[in-house]
Amino acid sequence: MSRDTIVLLGVNHKTTPLAVREKLALSAGYEEPLHALGQVEGLREYYLLSTCNRVEVLFTCRDVELSKTRVLELLFANRVPKEELDRHIYQYTNAEAVEHLFLVAASLDSMIIGEAQILGQLKEAYRQAAKCGSSGFVLNKLLHKSFSVAKRVRTETRIGASAVSISYAAVEMARKIFGDLAGKKAMLVGAGEMAELAAEHLVGQGIAEVVVANRTLQRAVNLARCFSGRAVSLEEIIEQLQHVDIIISSTGSPELILRKEDVRPVMRERRNRPLFFIDIAVPRDLDPAINELDNVYLYDIDDLHNVVEMNKSERDKEAIKAQRIIAEEKLKFGKWLLNIESTPTIIQLRNLVENLVRGEVEKSVGRLEGLNGLERQGLEKMVAAITGKMLYHPLQYLKNDHHCISQQDRINTVRNLFQLDNGNGSDDPDAS
Amino acid sequence: MSFLLFQASVVIYLLSAAAYLVFFLTKKTAVRRIGRGIFLAAFVTHTVNILTRYLETGHTPIISHHETISFFAWSLGCCYLSFRWRYTVKNLGIFVSTLVVVLMLIAAFSSREMFPLAPALQSWWLPVHASITLIADGFLALACIGGIMYLLQEREIKSKRFGLFYSRLPSLESLDKLNQHCLSVGFPLFTLGLITGSLWAKQAWGAYWHWDPKETWSLVTWFLYAAAVHQRFTVGWRGRRVAILSIIAFISVLFTLWGVSFLLKGVHTYVS
Repeated sequence: MSRDTIVLLGVNHKTTPLAVREKLALSAGYEEPLHALGQVEGLREYYLLSTCNRVEVLFTCRDVELSKTRVLELLFANRVPKEELDRHIYQYTNAEAVEHLFLVAASLDSMIIGEAQILGQLKEAYRQAAKCGSSGFVLNKLLHKSFSVAKRVRTETRIGASAVSISYAAVEMARKIFGDLAGKKAMLVGAGEMAELAAEHLVGQGIAEVVVANRTLQRAVNLARCFSGRAVSLEEIIEQLQHVDIIISSTGSPELILRKEDVRPVMRERRNRPLFFIDIAVPRDLDPAINELDNVYLYDIDDLHNVVEMNKSERDKEAIKAQRIIAEEKLKFGKWLLNIESTPTIIQLRNLVENLVRGEVEKSVGRLEGLNGLERQGLEKMVAAITGKMLYHPLQYLKNDHHCISQQDRINTVRNLFQLDNGNGSDDPDAS
Repeated sequence: MSFLLFQASVVIYLLSAAAYLVFFLTKKTAVRRIGRGIFLAAFVTHTVNILTRYLETGHTPIISHHETISFFAWSLGCCYLSFRWRYTVKNLGIFVSTLVVVLMLIAAFSSREMFPLAPALQSWWLPVHASITLIADGFLALACIGGIMYLLQEREIKSKRFGLFYSRLPSLESLDKLNQHCLSVGFPLFTLGLITGSLWAKQAWGAYWHWDPKETWSLVTWFLYAAAVHQRFTVGWRGRRVAILSIIAFISVLFTLWGVSFLLKGVHTYVS
């Protein structure tokens, strides 16, 4: 094989429980792990994606097993025991990796199928990789392709339109607990995009007030203004719990921000009016034990996923359509990959023939350099024309699809015919 | 005549329970309307049955075992309709109609013989005391049903495993409101029932309080409900704890109604 293997390793919400995912999440940003990956021997191109639902690394290399071990060791070794990691992680190579990336980009692998956030996250991850210079010829093409696939899926199917988002599920749960949401108050802890979406849904249900708590107060104030609500600082959360009914937490904090012991005394103050906590942060913001308190309900992102699951059958039809688009695009990209495989042969062949022709011309007319401009130009044209005409059929043979002969066989045939591997041909095959 | 009406109302209640069950399982709203209509028809038949029995016996028909249970079922239906008129609680009908059917079947299997009223009991306190107490019991039964529904729903929401009930039962808030409403109506009525009973006892037997088993158990029940009402309205208990308390207290109501009569003998026994 003349081409590197494309490898994709990762964990997502389907294979891995939240408790493990939050340990693996690269919450410190991409820069550091990307630089660390640069030190790994054998990796050609690489890129990283980390969202609340998935951590994935995509790279090209020669020796898959060796690189896999090195990459996993580097990224996750001190976070989760190796056996556990092996249980959860998935690995795709080449066409499968391409397909998986397309599925992710088109939001078919998302917890909430059809949600639009993932594409933005993917683009950001790619931007970071491009900034580090870690994505090259193949990954650039692959990621750009994945963006256009996502766009195609979005425009050609109604998958996005009928997407039932996490935030919608959260609202549905709130209605099961509170009945009517009119007059209830909500608090956003952390002013992320997801929280904003959920708040929008809640306001649509007639919620009375939205309180925003954020680490940077400016952002909280801005967001609060959107919902004509109030902004408070993170330190005031516990005090605010007395007044609000629904809490949506989505901070990037690596530690828990509310514990069971913090909430228990509040319930007395509230005269046991129910509290509904929604934790959409990964790693989690809220102590899972909070759910044990009477009249307190805590849902994390996986729990909401189950709520979503209950009413998703309608979307599945659109998902099938989207899968078809992805299968198509996967085939196209596969062809492109095959073509790169034949590229070195084509270049070699072209060089070979051109040099032969040029050599023969030089033999009969003497050095071309000695001629005047016009004559030289004419001869150069002739060299190119002969080369082109001679190579037309062999190149077509390499490039076009043959149903009975595989690409690799065709490459071998051409290489044998022209004796490209026996010192014939002037260029190093790896030069491309 | 009253017997025929009774049989008819049992059958119609059974039909409405069946319709409610179909609605519960299939979630087809058309079926719910039918169930509601049938239930109302059964209730009307039942009312006429009690009225004719009143005319036939010549006194309020809350004397024998059969009459008491039948009247209890009637008052439960009455409370349900009164609550239904003010609030909507999704799928409460299936629970109420099932309980009504069970009560009616118990009534159907007990002796329907009519008894003349003992002279000591011939007083207008009889309809007042007995009907107030039984209507209070109706509301308390509804509070208990609300409590059971609350616990079923709360368990699914808390454990995050959504099964049969999650989509079929209403929100926790509305179940809690049902409990609050029924306690706040049922408890004062129950208290009133105790007071009228004690006044009647003074008139019939010469003393306000005899400490006979029925009175004692009524008092125990009263304390249980007093605790529930106190915790609910002053301490601020809600939800699960009050639901459990309502269920326990209602078991005590049932025991006062029948358990005492069969297990412990006292002046208060039904005529038999």
